[in-house]
Parts: sequence; C-alpha cells; structure tokens
Amino acid sequence: MNDREDGRLDDDPEPGALARLRGGLADRAAAAGLLDVAYATVDSPVGALLLCATPAGLVRVAYDGEGHDRVLERIADRVSPRVLEAPARLDGAARQLGEYFAGRRRRFDLAVDWRLTGGFRREVLAATANLGYGATASYGQLATAAGRARAVRAAGTALATNPVPIVVPCHRVLRGDGSLGGFVGGPEA
Amino acid sequence: MSELPPFQSLVDEHGAVVLRLLVALVGRQEAGDCWQETFVAALAAYPRLRRADNLRGWLTTIAYRKAMDHHRRAGRRALPSAALPEIAVTDRSALDGEGLWAAVAELPEKQRLAVTHRYAGDLSYAEIGARLGCSEAAARRSAFEGISRLRREGWS
Repeated sequence: MNDREDGRLDDDPEPGALARLRGGLADRAAAAGLLDVAYATVDSPVGALLLCATPAGLVRVAYDGEGHDRVLERIADRVSPRVLEAPARLDGAARQLGEYFAGRRRRFDLAVDWRLTGGFRREVLAATANLGYGATASYGQLATAAGRARAVRAAGTALATNPVPIVVPCHRVLRGDGSLGGFVGGPEA
Repeated sequence: MSELPPFQSLVDEHGAVVLRLLVALVGRQEAGDCWQETFVAALAAYPRLRRADNLRGWLTTIAYRKAMDHHRRAGRRALPSAALPEIAVTDRSALDGEGLWAAVAELPEKQRLAVTHRYAGDLSYAEIGARLGCSEAAARRSAFEGISRLRREGWS
C-alpha cells in the first residue's frame, strides 16, 4: 500500500465521472473566456488530423506524421498554454473536411487565425487559398501573386510551413518543373 | 516564458488525483463541482505560472482552497488557511461503494488526514507535514499508523 500498489485506492472514485467532468470543463472555460485554444482529432483518408482553433478561427491543422503532441506543445508555447480538447468547437471544421474528403466540398468556408504565419508567407498562403479545386500553381506564380515575383524560394518556405494544410491547399503547388513539391503531409496527401 | 505544457495534459495526468482528493474532502456529491472550479481557476492562472515542475502540487493546493470555499459556503466555521476542513462524510451512503474510504473516514483525525493526503492527494510526507503543521517524520508515522489500522481491520 505504501508504494501505491493497492488498486482500490488508485481507482477512479466514480467511473465515468471524470469523463463527464472533463467534457464539461471546456464549456466552462469557454464561458469564462479562458479557452484560448480548442483542439480535436479527426480521422481522414490521409490519417488522423489534429485541428486547433482560437476564438478567431482555425489556427492549425496537423498531420499525424508531425506528432500531434509536439504540435500542441508548440502551440502552448507560441499561442497560449490554455489548450483544451474541445471537439464541439471544431465541429464546423471537421464537418467541412469530411465533406471535402467525400468530394462534396471544393472550398472551405472557415475563419482562419493566421497568427502562426505572417508577412510574405501569409500573402503566399492567401494566394494558395484562392486556387480552385483541382487547379495547380507553381511557386513562382504564387510568389508573383503575393507581390514578390523573385521570392520563389521564400514562397516554397511559406508553403512548407503552412499552418493550415488541406484548408489552404499547399498540395496543389508544383515545383517549377511541374513535379509535386515536398510538403508537410508527404506525397500521399 | 517558461515552457508550460498544454493545459489538457494537466487534466489528463492529474484529473483523477484531484477528484479523489475532493471526494475525500467534500464528499462525492460536491466533488464534481469543486473539481470544475479547481480546473477553471487553474486554467485562469496557468499562463502566469512560473514553474512547471510541480503541477500536481499546484493543482492539489487549488483543490484544497476550493474545498475550503465549499465548506465555508456550506456554513461550516471559516477555517484559517493553515488548517484543513473536516472531511465531510455526512453522506455516508455515497461512500458505501468505496468501503475503503469509509474506513479511512473512521480513522483518528491525524491518521485520516495523513492517509488522505498521501493516497488521495498523492502528496509527499514533507508536503503533508507542512499542511498538518507537523514534521515530515510525524506525517509519515501518522500515515503508517493509519494504514496499519486499516490492515488490522481487514483492508489490504
């Protein structure tokens, strides 16, 4: 018992109670204006996706390969440590992604919080977001659209650090030679 | 800023300990409310927390305060911050499924508090001593005596 091996003392004092309390916490936190980052994990054809939103909008979409725990730690550092799992707050994003993967949606109608990017990178991502479904562009074309035609390499960096992949379709951007660019989700995405 | 983990990890890692502690301190009926108050208060203060090396101790301290607030609201005598509220086991039926905790509640006060802090609150003996106003050795002894007594009563 001294080394806490006795199961009964370590048991959940009321099975299920903890899950209910955890579920209710996000609502109370949001009502108190304390839910700075809500997140949810959803299944998709490209693997489990981590979705994170601030009150301003979707701030991060992360592929499994990025390590969801690591991504959340960086968000705690860069946005706010007030991070809670709150799937209900990402229902809209999850639903639109589901429709997109089912082929029933071509554009996302979601508020995006751009705070994890900025300046030229953000301009490049905005230009990328405007690419139509199935359309592709080169890094050079995006650099031009973002106002710095010669900043092709910087445009590539912007896409490599896209905080909201899929929603901003970095997978539609091709290298100058027409091959697929490397990007965070890997070619299977 | 020190690197604080995402708050959800505190809920995942320490939520059960905080709930056990609150059940022992205020009873099962009120423990849920106190638990939510504890974590909302912690969330509010969290970005200003300087050190992340004893998050469990930080959370259990907030839980104690919430338990004391609860006892005050319930009309018990206001407690000086160094003292601890009596464990409210007025509703014994709530503990029947947890016979062990009911047995803990029957222990003499020092033993009961030491055992509760050690096994529900998961505090170190030094922390328990600080809360009970006794030495670390005395806290250890009280917990040991409490556990021995439970064993004699047939709990293992």
